Amino acid sequence: MNVMMLLEMASAAFPERPAFTDGSNGASFTYQQLFDAARQRAESIRGSGAQRLVKLDVSNLGTPLSLFASAWAGVPYVPLNYRLTDAEIQALLTRVTPAYLVTDDARLGSLGAVADVQAVSTGSFLEDSNHPGATDAAWAMDPEEVAVLLFTSGTTGEPKAAVLRHKHLVSYILGSVEFAGASEEDVALVCVPPYHIAGIAAIMSSVYSGRHVVQLPNFTAEAWIELARKHKVSTAFVVPTMLARIVETLEAEGAEDSGLPHLASFSYGGGKMPLSVIEKAMTLFPNTDFSNAYGLTETSSTICVLGPEEHRKAAAASSEAERRRLVSVGQPLPGVEIEIRDEDGQQVPAGERGEIYVRGEQVSGEYEGRGSVTDGEGWFPTRDAGSMDADGYLFLEGRADDVIVRGGENLSPGEIEDVVLTHPAVADVAVVGVPSEQWGEAVAAAVVAKAGATIDIADIQEFVKERLRSSRVPELVQIWPELPYNETGKLLRRVVRTELAAAVS
Amino acid sequence: MGARLKSTVCEGEIMVVMAPDAELAMTCGGAAMVDAGEAVSPSGDVHPDHAVGVAMGKRYIDEAETLEVLCVKSGDGSLAANGSLLLQKDTKKLPKTD
Repeated sequence: MNVMMLLEMASAAFPERPAFTDGSNGASFTYQQLFDAARQRAESIRGSGAQRLVKLDVSNLGTPLSLFASAWAGVPYVPLNYRLTDAEIQALLTRVTPAYLVTDDARLGSLGAVADVQAVSTGSFLEDSNHPGATDAAWAMDPEEVAVLLFTSGTTGEPKAAVLRHKHLVSYILGSVEFAGASEEDVALVCVPPYHIAGIAAIMSSVYSGRHVVQLPNFTAEAWIELARKHKVSTAFVVPTMLARIVETLEAEGAEDSGLPHLASFSYGGGKMPLSVIEKAMTLFPNTDFSNAYGLTETSSTICVLGPEEHRKAAAASSEAERRRLVSVGQPLPGVEIEIRDEDGQQVPAGERGEIYVRGEQVSGEYEGRGSVTDGEGWFPTRDAGSMDADGYLFLEGRADDVIVRGGENLSPGEIEDVVLTHPAVADVAVVGVPSEQWGEAVAAAVVAKAGATIDIADIQEFVKERLRSSRVPELVQIWPELPYNETGKLLRRVVRTELAAAVS
Repeated sequence: MGARLKSTVCEGEIMVVMAPDAELAMTCGGAAMVDAGEAVSPSGDVHPDHAVGVAMGKRYIDEAETLEVLCVKSGDGSLAANGSLLLQKDTKKLPKTD
């Protein structure tokens, strides 16, 4: 079992089909070219004696090539976040040596001297004449071999390196993607960074289905729309903040619809999608299938999906309960089991909040140097909080650690945020706990007003009071121009907490 | 698990995705399969009772659903374990999510 097998099958079935195109310069690989290039780079990696391949760069043709060449060479692929500082990257690099580093020209100079690192530029890595040898060796089929090491964006302490073995990634693809399921006209626009699990999953699922990937290295809504129109993109994945910007930009164009008639499917995930954004998007793209995906690095990407039919049904529903399903992340994939458990590890009844546990072939739950954190029966505690309704639809409610403990009562920020978001003047909100002498923690909210709307703080508090128990009413409300998100759409709750806590101290 | 086997009578090749603990006699086209790394070229005939073929990208399971293989190269022979033909497994069509 090896992810190279996915590319081998694709290149055998449709060798001449375009596989990857770098949207920034038009350079491209057919499936056969990618396969042949992987064979050559595998030889270079083996010859270097490196034990890891590190890719530190934006998305380009070197991204899929690094993934498959390292799989062929039998060394883990380690994509690093290029937004980190040199010092942070050096610290991570020393944890994965001896390494073969593929990076941009600018970083080559500053990182080339790290001990046990053989650094080449992405340009040099992509140049065939620099890699004249081609390996004769077959790739390893041991399912236990490590395919990818992915540093998670931990908010505290040293970043953890999640271990994904070939068996996890191949299981995920075989279970969720139909081989050669894409037509020749199918084009996917990939704009998530290569160090994000969705970026890795996009490479593998597109290859196995035979889809042409167009890469957008640096996301802006304008560039995304331009590339989508130019390449007649038929499918795309974005994080919620990206969709919000695309919607805003299209609305500013003032056209009736999106002007993207080829976009057949649009999926999103990686953070909470505001109801107003998805509703607007569905109006702008009336003929597009929307899917909401929930997944984690440790689960080889998607474990839960809300599909297109469910989107349409929820959007057309009149009852509040049915409409709410539009912000659900749907139901588990086949072969994936999900349970909601309380602090004592007991399963909670439908509708009640708890921690999300997941089990399945694609679930790794393992970190380098720490081993597996799954329990004896294979369940992985996600640290995400959520609830499941009676029909098995999963709702995310923030991180388990984000729970606010006010006077001994556990409050879910998500529950309060959902209510505040329904206020007509509110565009976005983050609710956190801040220190309180009286209660231990008190509820605080940072609220963003809709364009042209004015927010009255007392009115927000009254609005929550009318809908939830009084303990949920934010004692502190601040109006912010925007909330802090990272580049992959994750709300930086820690930053919100620090700022609001400073206001009460 | 993960083992890669090939047919000796056609071009068919498979990868084992899930296997029971017990020893299995895997055949393709009615003839015993060998490790894909072996330097053996297909020769001989596909048995007429094992001639529906295997298709790349399709998954095959046994009756008990304790064995699952993925066809990685198409061939003219059909797969069988301990003499019983394997069945093609349906893949549920899922929305594309990444």
